[in-house]
Amino acid sequence: MQDSLFAQYRLDSSYDELFDPDGEPRAHYRQLYDRLCELASDELRARQQAADVSFLNQGITFTVYGRDEGTERIFPYDLLPRILTASEWQQVERGLIQRITALNLFLHDIYHEAKILADGIVPRELVFTCQHFRREMRGVHVPRNIYISVVGTDLVRLPDGSFAVLEDNLRVPSGVSYMLTNRQVMKRVFPVLFERYGVRPNDYYGQALLATLRALAPPSRPEPTIVLLTPGVYNSAYFEHTFLARQMGIELVEGRDLLVHDNIVYTRTTAGLKRVDVIYRRIDDDFIDPLAFRPDSTLGIPGLFNAYRAGNVALANAIGTGVADDKALYAYVPVIIRYYLGEEAILPNVTTYLLSRDDERAYVLEHIDQLVVKAVGESGGYGMLIGPQSTAAQRDDFTQRILANPRNYVAQPTLQLSRAPCFVDGAIEGRHVDLRPYILYGEQIMIVPGGLTRVALRRGSLVVNSSQGGGSKDTWVLYE
Amino acid sequence: MLSRVADSLYWMSRYLERAEHTARLLDVTTNLMLELSSRHTGGRWAYLFGSLGIPLNPALEADGAAIAVTFDVMLPGSVVACIAASRENARQVREQISSEMWEQLNRLYLHIRRTGMSESWLAEPHEFYVSVKEGAHLFQGITDSTMAHGEGWNFIQAGRFIERAGATARLIDVHFAYMERLADLSETPVQYLEWVTLLKSCTAFEAYCKIHTADMQPKRVAEFLLLDAQFPRSLRFCVDVVQQSLQEIAQLTGGRGSGRAERLAGRLRASLDYGQIDEILASGLSQYLSAFQDECWKIHDALYQTYISYSVEQALA
Repeated sequence: MQDSLFAQYRLDSSYDELFDPDGEPRAHYRQLYDRLCELASDELRARQQAADVSFLNQGITFTVYGRDEGTERIFPYDLLPRILTASEWQQVERGLIQRITALNLFLHDIYHEAKILADGIVPRELVFTCQHFRREMRGVHVPRNIYISVVGTDLVRLPDGSFAVLEDNLRVPSGVSYMLTNRQVMKRVFPVLFERYGVRPNDYYGQALLATLRALAPPSRPEPTIVLLTPGVYNSAYFEHTFLARQMGIELVEGRDLLVHDNIVYTRTTAGLKRVDVIYRRIDDDFIDPLAFRPDSTLGIPGLFNAYRAGNVALANAIGTGVADDKALYAYVPVIIRYYLGEEAILPNVTTYLLSRDDERAYVLEHIDQLVVKAVGESGGYGMLIGPQSTAAQRDDFTQRILANPRNYVAQPTLQLSRAPCFVDGAIEGRHVDLRPYILYGEQIMIVPGGLTRVALRRGSLVVNSSQGGGSKDTWVLYE
Repeated sequence: MLSRVADSLYWMSRYLERAEHTARLLDVTTNLMLELSSRHTGGRWAYLFGSLGIPLNPALEADGAAIAVTFDVMLPGSVVACIAASRENARQVREQISSEMWEQLNRLYLHIRRTGMSESWLAEPHEFYVSVKEGAHLFQGITDSTMAHGEGWNFIQAGRFIERAGATARLIDVHFAYMERLADLSETPVQYLEWVTLLKSCTAFEAYCKIHTADMQPKRVAEFLLLDAQFPRSLRFCVDVVQQSLQEIAQLTGGRGSGRAERLAGRLRASLDYGQIDEILASGLSQYLSAFQDECWKIHDALYQTYISYSVEQALA
């Protein structure tokens, strides 16, 4: 560690992806470490700049809400890959397949017989008070009984090196385009190292997604028309929508391109109206059909929900999946897995306090300065309090909000996320990371190796969301 | 193809053509100003902005006006506003155009938005405009060589050439009116310079000289810019391309339209194919050019009625 690039690298109590507790590089990081020791800081910086310019010129940007200036920004990219061994990945993959299978069964159950509620495994009021529960979906048949075709699950690595699930994203998870473009840039920046390492490819994601969507098409439509529905160019993930549409070779549409006539969905084309069979929608339930849900939505398609209920069009994901990624329901996922599959969860949850329970709420309010408090329906790092880094005023504010609506909040211990080496300000330092693998559920469950590793680039920060100053890096899953 | 996509491709192309046209006019005009004494520059800016159809604050003169029309994002029709609008349209259809096209247009946009650009303009306006024109030309070249010449490309062609036809017609109109007023006031060298400037504003100077030598005769200039069959900025050439692309679009979409757009374009093309410059001048050039611009608008309208903003009842019937 005497080498200058690593001079400022400090180990602490969190798990370090690169170094073992004695400060020796782990075996699967050895080659990367040796290569970095040969490189000068300037050389790394030049490669970093080349990568940044490449992102900017390709317009690989996202939009930050709530600011006027510079609303289009590149998603900060860190040069150094995060590396997972074959056996680490195998464990993650098995755990995710198990979890998604169970959550899908859960969604089917609560929108049909609701056995799990009748058996008292999950409290009724928790489901029915969830703002993402859609009464309208009760009894609706969805193709192949698949509710969650596209999932992004957030994993963290605990100080003992084991993975745990932090969050399930079952509505419209984003970020997969960064996973794919990070890899493309990586292959350009470190071609030799990449080749020597033997990294499992991830670039077939587009095809796999297309196959997943095709599996949902009505059987009467052997050559289905599949479209990707975007809220439009001002959405923060618009780049990703265009990127995926192109990867799959399908049309990118907005609400105003679609219309419903006699429960059939059409797109408006230069050659007249064309029937649509499957919609990969990147619009929230609330906005998808102003007749069924929020009437003030201008992004949606009036009549879409009726066409969906009639089975004339498939949606991915189904409507009402948000009930299963509610942060309060999250606490029940291990029980849900046991109930439907008769297995113990392979990937554990993080300890979660439900603030609707009196004893847990009392504990949380007493220890609020040590805990992370999250609003159950929010995502993207909005609406959360990180106790150890908060001010007294923020804590008071959250205490009031919790007391006003306890069902709306959960608390978790402040996690020591694992750290991975990052190139920051001319040196290599450890930064906290998480991992979001992308799971596809069509004919079967399929996960491209790796996922998006998100980095909290500010020193000491634990928040990895892009809207809160996070970045990302390429994730390598090794063959052996 | 989605109607919305056709709409965006069409306007992406029109706005970029407009940006390039405006940059070229500004370049040629700032260059002309160097050679004119103050006696002859009065009204020259008004002429320029009149031909561009840009409402400009009359208090702005010379550099101030040129900088506004180049860099003021809030001024509709300024070079930067057109490039931004073109890019915004491209951004809405980036999965439809090639990545090379998007990257070039984005690069051009970032180039002109770079801070300190107006300072570099003051130092070397010509260099600046060259970079903008080249950026636009490169985009057109990339478009032609990386995108399939199918429906989308034909909407791009239609947009580019309808824009070009309209802008050129307006420029010729304003120029002839200006020269009429100038006729008594100025000596031959200034008049010569003005005719050369008109041709250069259409990148037509060299092409004109090859046919007519450098002998500047208003009638020949008019004939060349209106009726030449080979020169890519003459009105006839533009309408020719518009008609071709409309025919292609009609064919590729299964000929479901009413054919109104093609008929309008075909009629306009025939009038240019068989037009006589003597007759046009005798019956009034200005009237002729106004009627020409009206026809261009009708073609645009018909295109929209057929492919983009048609009613659902009409489509389901």
